[in-house]
Amino acid sequence: MSDIKRYKTEPLKCWGKAKELRAKYYREYQEARSKGGICWSGGAEAIDVIPYAFGDDVHALTAEPYAAAIAFDPEFAHKCESALESKGWARDMCAYMRNYWGSVLIDEYAFGGPFPKPHFNLQSGFCCTHAKWFQVLSLWEDVPYFNIDIGTIPFWKEEHPNRLQYIVDQMQDSIEFIEKVTGRKCDDERLIEGVYNDSRTTSLWAKITELNQNTPAPLDEKSMYSLYVFTTLDRARKEFVDFYEELYAETKDRVERGIAALATERLRLMSDSQPPWAFLRVWRYLEQFGVVSTGSIYTIGLEGVWDIADDWSLTPREDLKSRGVELKTREDALRAMADWHMRRPIYAMFYNADWKSKLMVQYAKQWNCDAAMLHLNRGCEGTSLGIMENRTALIKAGLPVLTYEGNMGDDRDFDEGRTVARIDTFMESLGLNKLT
Amino acid sequence: MFDQFKNWYENRHEYAKEWKAKTGGKVMAYMCTYVPEEILYAADVLPIRVYGSHEASDLTEQHIFGMYCPFCRDCVAQVMEGRYDYADGVMISQSCLHMRQVYSSWEIHKPTEFMYYMPFPIAVESKHARPHLAAEFKIFIEAVEKWTGKKITVQDLDRGIEILNKNRELMREVYKLRLLDNPPLTGVECMHMTSSSQMVDKREHNQALEKLLKELPSRKTDRETGIRLMIVGSECDDIEFMEMVESLNSTFVADDHCTGSRAFWNSVEPEEDRLLAIAKRYLERPPCPTKDATKNFVRFHHVMEMAKEAKVEGAVIIQQKFCDPHEIDIPLLRKRFEDNGIRTYFLELDVTVPIGQFKIRIEAFLEMLRADELPF
Repeated sequence: MSDIKRYKTEPLKCWGKAKELRAKYYREYQEARSKGGICWSGGAEAIDVIPYAFGDDVHALTAEPYAAAIAFDPEFAHKCESALESKGWARDMCAYMRNYWGSVLIDEYAFGGPFPKPHFNLQSGFCCTHAKWFQVLSLWEDVPYFNIDIGTIPFWKEEHPNRLQYIVDQMQDSIEFIEKVTGRKCDDERLIEGVYNDSRTTSLWAKITELNQNTPAPLDEKSMYSLYVFTTLDRARKEFVDFYEELYAETKDRVERGIAALATERLRLMSDSQPPWAFLRVWRYLEQFGVVSTGSIYTIGLEGVWDIADDWSLTPREDLKSRGVELKTREDALRAMADWHMRRPIYAMFYNADWKSKLMVQYAKQWNCDAAMLHLNRGCEGTSLGIMENRTALIKAGLPVLTYEGNMGDDRDFDEGRTVARIDTFMESLGLNKLT
Repeated sequence: MFDQFKNWYENRHEYAKEWKAKTGGKVMAYMCTYVPEEILYAADVLPIRVYGSHEASDLTEQHIFGMYCPFCRDCVAQVMEGRYDYADGVMISQSCLHMRQVYSSWEIHKPTEFMYYMPFPIAVESKHARPHLAAEFKIFIEAVEKWTGKKITVQDLDRGIEILNKNRELMREVYKLRLLDNPPLTGVECMHMTSSSQMVDKREHNQALEKLLKELPSRKTDRETGIRLMIVGSECDDIEFMEMVESLNSTFVADDHCTGSRAFWNSVEPEEDRLLAIAKRYLERPPCPTKDATKNFVRFHHVMEMAKEAKVEGAVIIQQKFCDPHEIDIPLLRKRFEDNGIRTYFLELDVTVPIGQFKIRIEAFLEMLRADELPF
């Protein structure tokens, strides 16, 4: 133990603010209707800058983080899941969708009170569940629904004018849809401001996670799971931009002063897919071996926007203002936003195992990872696409790989004892013992 | 009368290899029925759909996580076994995640000289989907031209459209006969016909269909129709299962799945811009659940119309295990059937079918349907 290098650690100063912002977000959605505002719901890929353009009192409920919040409370999650299963739906469907649907069926909001029915649902679909998720919800809730199809190949892989135009045209239609549903007019100046904010938020998250390439890593992945969520909640909000500016400055400061997330960092891990939310303590268990999980393509690239070079190297994409992109009209704003979001690395997961493998191998190189721990996630077909091919690719690249089965949203699919036993064996094979 | 179709179905690989030897042409193995076959026929390329074999295999575990559907696992097994090694090209028209995985594994381990991923729209109802898809077809044509070295002309496209439309029209004629009180064909025979249409040169298939249509209307079968059933759901070429059901005094008289009617139900309507015309056809066809995501539930309307027209008494709802899009639809679809007075029975399919267990369950379902007919 005395031979182990120990880094200085400090709690994150902005941690409390993150908690406050998150609580405020869910409360604002809940109270929006009673305060005369607008509430709407959609997925993490929904283009939330569009509703943002309809006023400061428009509040979103983003489906996946809401469902993850349910999963974090297994007792509540079981109520949701049982409600759905008793109506005949299969338990192997998308676990986020099941948790969300169940919450609506039992009419309970995870943060207390009845489920706040939205004025409308606005989704962006690219996997086989996203669009159908809100198809069924909108039927139950009897609310209007608009789906923007973003199921084109990510623009970092292939760019064709028709693909961008297809998305932009649908965004234009979605504005008409919201105008009709809410009786409000789209504020184009606010739209443009929101687009700049959105690009800043998602660029900043990429820059923050890039700092984890340093040794010691300034952030651990368990904490990152709580911090990345703002990129999925309402990216265009200024308060989220400000929060990430603060977090970025603090993380840079930690790097400069050599402040570690884990004092005993001696092995750097990369993960994959969403974690089993009810069992984040597994990440703390890893720390007993001196293992820090630096992140994953999922953590950095779900909403973080990166430039992906021909050799698959990843560089945070500078936000639109920094790139000198001038937005004057609604069309400019929508075009810039569509182009921006079609550059997320996450899309590799949903389209092509080989692209994802290349990104993962690159991640391992840039983030100096020694090993990988892959979640065979029964809760998400999208992030599990090609995961066994990814495993092979990482092994071929010389990285030891541990897989474990679980489910991001349904704790019944996760065997904690078995997973811990697998971790023990994996650590033993890497020559690591517990440090305490 | 259906021997030719059955033979093609059972010897699909031999057929494709012989076709290549005979014509010197290229074979394109494709996934999902949203692939615009018209363009491939225009390029003199033979499109053949990738099917499983319904044989257990241990080749997939290292490529696909266990919660992916049996059909995609079976397809990957066929690829790894080398059964599609004769394919010159492989393509997918974007549909579900599971088939994207098949394409990926194929590309990684057995790449062919032409690999193509077509991003087909999800929002098929959007007015913007049509010009977008037509543009995708143009990009695809350029890639195919580069691959084959052959320029695709308007006349070529017209030829492709004509071949496909004729095939669709002829199979719809056969389907009309299923509506009769005593249909002259079984569901199994129909499945051999529709499945083989996705495996052989449609010009030959059309000739066989024309011959069939001369003889079929006057065919006298020695079996009773029994309970009129519809089969609805995921990809299905489970001949053994269909045979078992139809051995229990019942007949499948309608279907909605992508190895059956869903793949050919509508035709390309002629218009000046051929690519827009082809795009319209694919966007407006009876949708796969992955392409039906509006509050109109277009698929359900289509299925119910079909069921009513065929005077269906019961519906067997089938699903490839782990298929999310179908799993989302099924409880609502079953309710739609029941609300229309049609009982349903749900079965989950795997690579191999547990015939004994399914037989007991289907017997019980049919018994329940017969009990509905008792005069009390």
